[in-house]
Amino acid sequence: MQKRFTLKFLATNKIAAYLSAVLFLLVSMLFGISIGTVSIPAMSIIQIVGHEIFPFLSIDHVNPMYTNIVMNIRLPRVLLASLVGAALAIAGAAFQGLLRNPLADPYTLGVSSGASVGAVLTLFFQFSLPVIGPFTLPVLSIIFSFITIFLVISFARKIERSMKVETIILTGIIFSSFLGALISLMIALTGDELRQIIGWLLGSVSMRGWEYIKIILPFFLLGSVILLLNANELNAMSFGEDRAHHLGVNVQRRKMIVLAAGSILTGAAVAVSGTIGFVGLVIPHLTRLLWGPDHKHLLPLSILTGGGFLILADLVARTIISPTELPIGVITAIIGAPVFGIILLKRRSESSG
Amino acid sequence: MLKVQHLSGGYGGTSILKNISFNVRKGEMFGVLGPNGSGKTTLLKMVSGILPFNDGEVVVDGSPLSSYSQKQLAKIIAVLPQHSAQAFSYSVKETVSLGRYAHQSGWFQTWSEEDEAIVQKVMEQTGITDFHSKDIQQLSGGERQRVFLAQALAQEPDILLLDEPTNHLDLSFQKELLDLLKKWTMEKGLTVVSIFHDLNLAGLYCDRLLLLEEGVINVQHTPSEVLREDRIQTVYRTKIQKQPHPKVPAPQMLLLPDKISGKEQEVTIDSSMLHLSEDHIVIETPQPLRTMSSGVIGSGTGWHHTFVNRHVGLNYNCSNHRTEMADYLKENGFEPADTVGMMTAVMLKDVSSLFIESNGFSAFVVVTAGVGNAVDASHSELHDYRLQPGTINTWIFINGDMTEEAFIQGIMTATESKVKVLHDQQVIDSISGTFATGTSTDSILIASTQKGKKLEFAGTITPLGKLISKAVYECTTEAIVKYYKRKQQ
Repeated sequence: MQKRFTLKFLATNKIAAYLSAVLFLLVSMLFGISIGTVSIPAMSIIQIVGHEIFPFLSIDHVNPMYTNIVMNIRLPRVLLASLVGAALAIAGAAFQGLLRNPLADPYTLGVSSGASVGAVLTLFFQFSLPVIGPFTLPVLSIIFSFITIFLVISFARKIERSMKVETIILTGIIFSSFLGALISLMIALTGDELRQIIGWLLGSVSMRGWEYIKIILPFFLLGSVILLLNANELNAMSFGEDRAHHLGVNVQRRKMIVLAAGSILTGAAVAVSGTIGFVGLVIPHLTRLLWGPDHKHLLPLSILTGGGFLILADLVARTIISPTELPIGVITAIIGAPVFGIILLKRRSESSG
Repeated sequence: MLKVQHLSGGYGGTSILKNISFNVRKGEMFGVLGPNGSGKTTLLKMVSGILPFNDGEVVVDGSPLSSYSQKQLAKIIAVLPQHSAQAFSYSVKETVSLGRYAHQSGWFQTWSEEDEAIVQKVMEQTGITDFHSKDIQQLSGGERQRVFLAQALAQEPDILLLDEPTNHLDLSFQKELLDLLKKWTMEKGLTVVSIFHDLNLAGLYCDRLLLLEEGVINVQHTPSEVLREDRIQTVYRTKIQKQPHPKVPAPQMLLLPDKISGKEQEVTIDSSMLHLSEDHIVIETPQPLRTMSSGVIGSGTGWHHTFVNRHVGLNYNCSNHRTEMADYLKENGFEPADTVGMMTAVMLKDVSSLFIESNGFSAFVVVTAGVGNAVDASHSELHDYRLQPGTINTWIFINGDMTEEAFIQGIMTATESKVKVLHDQQVIDSISGTFATGTSTDSILIASTQKGKKLEFAGTITPLGKLISKAVYECTTEAIVKYYKRKQQ
């Protein structure tokens, strides 16, 4: 009787987790679309979006200007922010599980620096590959992410055959520093206006439109599905690679799959929005604190909360010193870095006490 | 079940293990021993498939290790690591459930009722059901070890590999864990291969042991053959002594600490240490003595520094005389654990003692004697069994270093002397009418300082035997004479 009760309780607990995460994302979206120089009532937003999905619904009494702002400016921006946030958060959750380090994130592996190199090449040298055209940017970012991660891994393997997690992180830091310097060099050579470049480096989801959503969406779906299918393996690997091996996980293969999926997600996110830090680090951590470390739930919940979080961060970035817009990376760092510090302090006092 | 042939290899290019071969049968508990750095953990890693080897073969259930996929292998071999990293706070049940990974298939790895039933069963068996929803990071080391044992068992393995499973566990958990493993090997045919740090635990629980020394097999055999004093001394490079386990036929290895010089002085046990009071005779020595005795308290072999011979009335009758004696000792300020205690109905003033010295060693003998219950051992079947206060109590203190044989021979020699005294004093068994050989409840103590001259034997004509027989003969005679005198008064 008792057992049945606990099981039921756990099940409802999980349902509540998903409900609150979905609610958080939807509310964030509403806020993100509603607030701005022109304020749009929530009801109108629901009607406009409803009309887009079910065209038979009438929006005759809604101000056509609202429709224009929602459909062409705010909705794509909010959707892009949520996709980028979701991609970074699930990639971060996966890397953290794989590295058994709650303080790790896509950036420590050097993946995002690699992606940045690809993006900078495309953006500042006006590079365009034949056939894929508009997909040049994400594909190049992802290719550079891949190259970076495989360089990092083969370098780490040279240092130590078993590729301990510490070795990978250290190697990632070496590569990030080197690639960061390369980016600075390229930017200096272009001689462009510095403000715009810094703006890009700190990340932004403004003025991207539907084109960018089409760019990130397929990669986001691909990477997320791969990671969701590896949730059990991630659970096993967060107990250590040897332990996972003993439990029956093909560690080397699964590790490569997870790293590849993480590169796809990070590469695509960096391609459309620049480097936005701390989302992939803080969101999985908070999600874990709220609803537990099981990756079967951690990964989907991180998608939902990560999306919502970045929408709100973007909202703050564009309203706080309006009409000027801050780069979104500034906001995520201002929120993320102190939270990160608090978590670090708490962990330290837990382990010493 | 598990066959290792000519296995060699190590980390990188080095060769830590060289030509290791052994077989483990189904249902066997197999221990791997060796000093630090001898390659035990490396061996376990190779057998469990984590570490590739350079040469040789590991055959599991008839097929080479390399022919199994990772999942297939996890259904046969489970590993309990020395300690597991836990970066995240999974619940106990989530942790145990991971053990079912290898048994799940398909893209979505659905959780079946069978999985649930097995997880519940192993949690029950390892006694962790009560805290199944707790966070593993909040558990004590012992509880966590049981959670990971449950995880390994959820794999339903045929072979369980353990790396020092009792490390960080307190005494009761060590026993509980090993008892459980032993039970499973016998009842379910589980094969257990375990690294042990503790030689004594290995000797107690394992069917066979493998001793590694610098990457090669020193010996593999039964515990009593592997745990030989000379072998362990050489391999572990330390001084140890082997002792039989008091209850179980298993060898136990004891460490011998180096003596710290200058701290202990030479002492000689003699009459100056004898204290006589109204109801007890006491000898207290500054250092514990090695004893072998048949006292009420502190009997058998041991180390004691207080010796009490207590006077009780002739009608002393207590159903639980050991507890009563211990209480008496505590009341009088003696610690029962450090004391050999005897009882007698004889007047303690009639005690007789003698100190004799020989070449480099000496003996001090104390006897109280009464012959009211005198019995001829050859007619003892005529007597009813009654436990009465001992009537000839003999204490023999030796200032010397005696072997175990010398203790036993000393008791024989002392007994022969006593019999001769009873004969010479013409003490008669009142029922058979023949010469008595002792009384029904005589007690004896031999206590030795274990310092000074090495005394290997104590038979009647050895130097020590001569001393014992002379002192016991004279003291017992004197004590019996005093006893008769008091009776005539």
